[in-house]
Amino acid sequence: MKKSKVIIDGKNLVKVYQMGDFEVRALNGASIQVQEGEFMAIMGPSGSGKSTLMNVLGCLMSPTSGEYFLDGEDVSELNKVELARIRNQKLGFIFQNYNLLARTSAFQNVILPLFYNRASLLTEEEQQEKAAQILEAVGLGDRIYHEPQELSGGQQQRVSIARALVNDPVLVLADEPTGNLDSRSGAEIMALLKDLHRKGTTIVMVTHDPEIAAYTDRTIHLLDGKVAREVKNGKEHA
Amino acid sequence: MKPIKVTKIAWLALVKNKIRSLLTMLGIIIGVAAVIIMIAISAGTEKSIQEAITGLGSNLIYVQASMGAARMGPGMQSSGGGLVYDDAFAIAEQINGVAGVVVEQTSTQNVKAGDTILENITIMGTTADFPSVRDMEIASGRYFTQDEIDRTKPIAVLGSNLAEEMFGETDPYGQTITVGDSVRLTVVGVFEEKGMVGEVDYDSRFYTPITIVLEKLTNNPFARFLGDRVRLIYVEVDESIGENSERTLDDVIYQIEFLLAKRHEVTLEEPDFTITTQQDIITTQESTTAAFRSLLAWVAGVSLVVGGIGIMNIMLVSVTERTREIGIRQSVGATPSDIRWQFLTEALLLSLVGGLIGVVAGIVGSWIFGQASGMRTVIVASSVLLAFGSAAIVGVFFGYYPANQAAQLDPIEALRYE
Ligand SMILES: Nc1ncnc2c1ncn2[C@@H]1O[C@H](COP(=O)(O)OP(=O)(O)O)[C@@H](O)[C@H]1O
Ligand SMILES: [Mg+2]
Repeated sequence: MKKSKVIIDGKNLVKVYQMGDFEVRALNGASIQVQEGEFMAIMGPSGSGKSTLMNVLGCLMSPTSGEYFLDGEDVSELNKVELARIRNQKLGFIFQNYNLLARTSAFQNVILPLFYNRASLLTEEEQQEKAAQILEAVGLGDRIYHEPQELSGGQQQRVSIARALVNDPVLVLADEPTGNLDSRSGAEIMALLKDLHRKGTTIVMVTHDPEIAAYTDRTIHLLDGKVAREVKNGKEHA
Repeated sequence: MKPIKVTKIAWLALVKNKIRSLLTMLGIIIGVAAVIIMIAISAGTEKSIQEAITGLGSNLIYVQASMGAARMGPGMQSSGGGLVYDDAFAIAEQINGVAGVVVEQTSTQNVKAGDTILENITIMGTTADFPSVRDMEIASGRYFTQDEIDRTKPIAVLGSNLAEEMFGETDPYGQTITVGDSVRLTVVGVFEEKGMVGEVDYDSRFYTPITIVLEKLTNNPFARFLGDRVRLIYVEVDESIGENSERTLDDVIYQIEFLLAKRHEVTLEEPDFTITTQQDIITTQESTTAAFRSLLAWVAGVSLVVGGIGIMNIMLVSVTERTREIGIRQSVGATPSDIRWQFLTEALLLSLVGGLIGVVAGIVGSWIFGQASGMRTVIVASSVLLAFGSAAIVGVFFGYYPANQAAQLDPIEALRYE
């Protein structure tokens, strides 16, 4: 087994939202480390800063203070353009509400990150092939030209997983990926994520459901913007 | 991102919203079509006027009496200055390169032919070269000769409309018409239809030897006193002048000036006549129609700008409506400049496609307008380019602000937008 590499190394992350006169410290010195290949869950009560942490980890916003190394690169002080590049080339997002482009086919949604990938060496045909292949891999081979409104919630979430994977990210971030799904579709999505994890993808997922968290290797619990405790999940789900 | 990808993304976004895209383009379509149609109308008018002027006969020089400059010096008659009938003959005989000379003197009178009485008919007294200088063809009968002019023979040649009004189906040849109270003229010919030349309807008047008008039909109580004074002499210059001969039109003009100055005993610095060429008239006409044209172009340009503001308006609404889309694009790696370029390209595509539709609408519209109004329209290639080019510029100009708004959205805010 090769020596594992640190994908996420966040230290003392602080995020302050300025709301007129008073401020909200959504993150208040959270530190988090994730190894390559790990499947980790973030739990915590509502308002504890889970989404804020995901957005910082996902380079959708910069922390107010603290250090954040992603895949060995200091990203806490990058500008908008560089953050966009990181999101494009190193990260894949899975949102609770899917966030697919409306009236746009699954295929077009999945190929979108490739459009913005300046580093991609793929030709247009190869990009198209890749998008189609990934849709096939998430079980939507027969629906690649369906638009989101023609797909079930579970299928839409599969499209968004395919989109998250298309640029071969070093890290996949999922904010309550099963939050809008019934338990059966939720289980299917989790099986898919688990499968990705087995193939080596590093995944960090927010959930408030202990059963969902149980799919992962490790859970950290947030409270008031800080990591309150950490639990190794021994058990495996099939 | 490669331009081709940006274009593709922008195109897909536009096609996804066909109705909105069409509405956005409407202003541009109307603006571009308006530019083309308006310029087509003014160019058509211009061309008609130009043809009317050249329809008067080519290579014409106008010699006009400038009565205002008539001198009232001692030893001169109070009506001194101006042209006389004989000046025309002097020009015809003494100047090289003159193909024909025409003198015209008109009079407006009531005219009777049999039982038909027509009021305020223009009678044009003229000379022998008139048909050739004016490009008038005789349809039946004949024109009058110099000899008949010299003898003040009471004869007339009718314009085609007038002939029909007076005599209907009857052959006018040999019929008598009475002008005013007592002047009786015999019809010897009828002209072919000529149509309107500028403001003048050559078909609704009739033509007599100029001596008839000068001696018998001049209402002016000083007629006798004025004698054979004329207002205007037309000189037709040989076709060859100015083209393949050494001599230019200016040479001919100078010779005429010199001759007339000598005859009138005036200096060239203070002549009692002015000489104008066909080209002078065309130039004047062109400058007025050019002014008209640029006025229309301004009006049309304003409508293009209004179209551009329309684009900006709808793009701004569109940026708001599509906030979430922008957030999604940002989350998968679109940079601010990717977003800016997308919206800018959308605006540009909208105005180019709108411009293209506008060009077609303008061309078709000009044609329909011409058919419906009877006005002449001429599509001017440069107006098509101008309209299309302005549409593109308008698109970029008015697309920039909304595109910039879109680019500056915060990804998190944008994603959270409902
Ligand atoms: N954009 C924002 N502006 C102001 N306050 C915010 C914003 N986003 C989150 N918050 C506040 O920060 C805290 C943490 O929110 P969030 O990270 O969404 O928590 P969670 O996802 O765990 O429910 C909450 O008190 C929330 O109200
Ligand atoms: Mg949340």
